[in-house]
Amino acid sequence: MSPRAAWRLESMGFGEVYEYAAGLQDWITAGLPTEGTALAETRAGDVARADVSTCRLHEPLVEVRERTRKAGFDTCVVVNDERVVFGLIRSRDLDGEAATAGEAMRPGPSTFRPNVSAAALARLMADHDLPNVPITTNDGRLVGLLLREDADRVARERHDREH
Amino acid sequence: MREIDRHEVQRLLEAGAQLVNVLPAEEFEEERIAGSIGIPLRRIDAEARDRLDPAKPVVTYCWDSA
Repeated sequence: MSPRAAWRLESMGFGEVYEYAAGLQDWITAGLPTEGTALAETRAGDVARADVSTCRLHEPLVEVRERTRKAGFDTCVVVNDERVVFGLIRSRDLDGEAATAGEAMRPGPSTFRPNVSAAALARLMADHDLPNVPITTNDGRLVGLLLREDADRVARERHDREH
Repeated sequence: MREIDRHEVQRLLEAGAQLVNVLPAEEFEEERIAGSIGIPLRRIDAEARDRLDPAKPVVTYCWDSA
């Protein structure tokens, strides 16, 4: 849509025309300023826990388990040095017999962008019986972990406002 | 016409470029980059010359690259 507009403007005589290919989604994900009616909506990135426990692939599971529980979480996000998400170790797997985080994790979890409505993700987590979902940037870097309890609270507050 | 990333968008905005959101009007109302001008793709022919300054750079965008 946007490239066509840019080409058309150029054909109409506008001399210096550019196209921001990554668009609004990229701008929002980068946390840059926007305006409009949708801003009243609480987004996943607003309530995701940025202090979620993380670990590297090679770390011993016993250490990961101890650190994660000590931090008050029952899920650990496996990331690399760039905070790109490789997998999740949820409660049952944290207590498992695997030696390392890489062996214990469920690889390739579904991730969601920070601009997605937290209430919408509450429905999704209920539908799929998920206790949490990782929130990442477009290029897969961890923003935080959205807990179902936090998303449910946002959904309840929205419901209360609207009724 | 040239594709640019958000860093170039920010630089061009500081230099006075016009940022044009070409999504339908209702989507423009919902959320847009601060300071954008809304001209839906279908309205470019009818509105661009009246609403944009041809002497200044223009940056178009929509939701993503799709």
